Amino acid sequence: MPQNSSKNHSSNQQLDVTGPTPKSPRTKMVRSSDDNEKKNLVKKLKDIEISVPIVYGNIAFWLGKKASEYQSHKWTVYVRGATNEDLSVVVKRVVFQLHSSFNNPMRVVESPPFELSESGWGEFEIAITLHFHSDVSEKPLHLYHHLKLYPEDDSGSLSVKKPVVVESYDEVVFAEPSEGLFARVQNHPAVIVPRLPAGFSLPPVPAEDADKRKRIDPKDNPLTQWFTNFSEADELLKLAAARQQVQAQIARVRRQLSLIDGQHQQQLKPPSEL
Amino acid sequence: MDAKDILGLPKISLPIPQEKKSRPQKDSQRKPDGISREVYALTGGVAPLMPSIDVNQLKKRQQPENEKITWEWLSFTNSARKDDLKLYHWVRVVNGTPPSGDYSFAKYNKSVDVIKYTDEEYEKHLTDDSWTKEETDQLFDLCERFDLRFVVVADRFPSSRSVEELKNRYYSVSRAILIARAPSPADVSGHPLVKEPYNISQEIDRKRALSMVLSQTKQQERKDAEILSEAKKIMESRMAAKAAQDAELAVTSNTSPEGMEKTTAPVETASPSNVQATSGVAPLMSMADNAASAAASLRMLRVYLRTYALDQMVQAASSSAGLRTIKRVEQFLQELKVNLKPKVPTKAVCAEHLELRKEILTLLNLQKLLQNKEEGSSYREGSYTETPDTPKDRSFIPDSVSFGAISTERVGKRDQKRKGPGREAPSSPAQSNKRPRKLKATDS
Repeated sequence: MPQNSSKNHSSNQQLDVTGPTPKSPRTKMVRSSDDNEKKNLVKKLKDIEISVPIVYGNIAFWLGKKASEYQSHKWTVYVRGATNEDLSVVVKRVVFQLHSSFNNPMRVVESPPFELSESGWGEFEIAITLHFHSDVSEKPLHLYHHLKLYPEDDSGSLSVKKPVVVESYDEVVFAEPSEGLFARVQNHPAVIVPRLPAGFSLPPVPAEDADKRKRIDPKDNPLTQWFTNFSEADELLKLAAARQQVQAQIARVRRQLSLIDGQHQQQLKPPSEL
Repeated sequence: MDAKDILGLPKISLPIPQEKKSRPQKDSQRKPDGISREVYALTGGVAPLMPSIDVNQLKKRQQPENEKITWEWLSFTNSARKDDLKLYHWVRVVNGTPPSGDYSFAKYNKSVDVIKYTDEEYEKHLTDDSWTKEETDQLFDLCERFDLRFVVVADRFPSSRSVEELKNRYYSVSRAILIARAPSPADVSGHPLVKEPYNISQEIDRKRALSMVLSQTKQQERKDAEILSEAKKIMESRMAAKAAQDAELAVTSNTSPEGMEKTTAPVETASPSNVQATSGVAPLMSMADNAASAAASLRMLRVYLRTYALDQMVQAASSSAGLRTIKRVEQFLQELKVNLKPKVPTKAVCAEHLELRKEILTLLNLQKLLQNKEEGSSYREGSYTETPDTPKDRSFIPDSVSFGAISTERVGKRDQKRKGPGREAPSSPAQSNKRPRKLKATDS
């Protein structure tokens, strides 16, 4: 299939993306088992949730002069911790399901960094499956990411130096984690752990040596420089401002309603009184 | 009689001459022999005039008088006993001849026929790595003694083996012997032992699951019941959504495995429902999908994405609103420069987003209410029912009524976006409008 360099958003044969693609991908839940074991470590902490903020997406470099008809871009799809922390504390492995035109379309990444690099020419949807450690969850979690190679603007300014980066932020929530899991991850930077209410005591878990824990060094991964920094502060501010506006309007409408009600009362009175 | 005494009512005697005759009779009957007066009173005081049981219905004793019946103390033997013990009991002798036949309870002496194997058979078919011949012999001996009560056998077994292991050995040996002795495999293929062999791992699992169910606390029972009902509700709503949607947005749901698993391993029921949440599904979720059940279903899933959770909660919150209202909420959000789906969905951001949506819904409802009230006041008709809480879009509102009440420029914009029949006078900031209209109403 001859390729137009400017706007070629059509993906390969069957995978036409119909309709507007939402900014954050659809999520597909999988059955999770309801485990009622009574062993202490497996005991569930009710009303407590652990969340792991993740970012997943892709980076694509145009190959410029070295681009051929079928290999125009070199791209990497990945799942990372939101602050570049090591996800292997909860994630056992990640499976990327590529388009069927690739060799071995099911790619498994067993160790961090959970990323996969390939070269190609087309954009398609990649199914990312996160498999967790057995004490975290029996069932995997599915994410979907639309691989983006070409920049949004149609100007066609493909540059070899500047890649196309599309990332999505999300948080994996583990509701009612087991005590063992909680103890294991409570000090890990990748995991957001709420404060336990007073009176809770956790079973002793061998404390991991902070040094032994693998830290992702920015120097190791050249892609780190392109990662977007997601900050919730901006969004929170906007939301707070919006809420204030809406609340003000609500107050105003309520006042008007009460005015009308008052007038109604007056209008209804004359027939009976006078 | 006595009741009237207690109540203090006067004894009114019926003026029937018969009564007077029967009364002296009753008086004499009042002093029955043998039983106290109160007990006799329980029967009604007087014997019933009509017998309650028809004597003719009773079976006559089938004893022709030509026979002579005596009862004698005789000895008997019990064929169920191995010794020759002779015991004595009363025997009904008819015409001098004692009854014949075995002791009547001997027929209840049933026993299990435990298979007996010879040594050669053992060598040929029954050797096993984890069982010695001695152990197997002991097992079979105990089984025969205790009629296959494996719990007792397990207790008495010299080496400690679990009940399932003993059962497994016994049944596999019996099965092997059966097959070996059968002239052809077809003969025994109908035998239950051959058809359904003992499955030790399944049995262990089954018993474990059973004990877990038995030892469930009340709270867990309630939780399970709640989860199952949530699952059912979600299943139903998924079905409804599936029926109503296009093939493009295929919604999958796992239903039957859950039902089947319930019978085998009640504790290990998997929570149901694959879900693909898209924001367009909201109007089709017309079933009661309120926030509490959404939260419960999320908890049930154990692992989920924050964006998914937000979608669920948004749908739950707007379940009572029509499609048009939801679109208006989204328009509102866009005007407020808020992303429809937050870019950084942290816990706090999602909570704020949800609250914002709820507040916008409230605002829109209030605006509708205000509008209706205004119509009511300007037209002064009863035909416009003032029940403004219906969230459904009221398309019968005549467009000639301008949106005078709400004084923001946004309203003007929104009206223009509306796809209704054209409006002549787009709204203008309201306060000035309101007064003249009100005056008009009162003037007329």
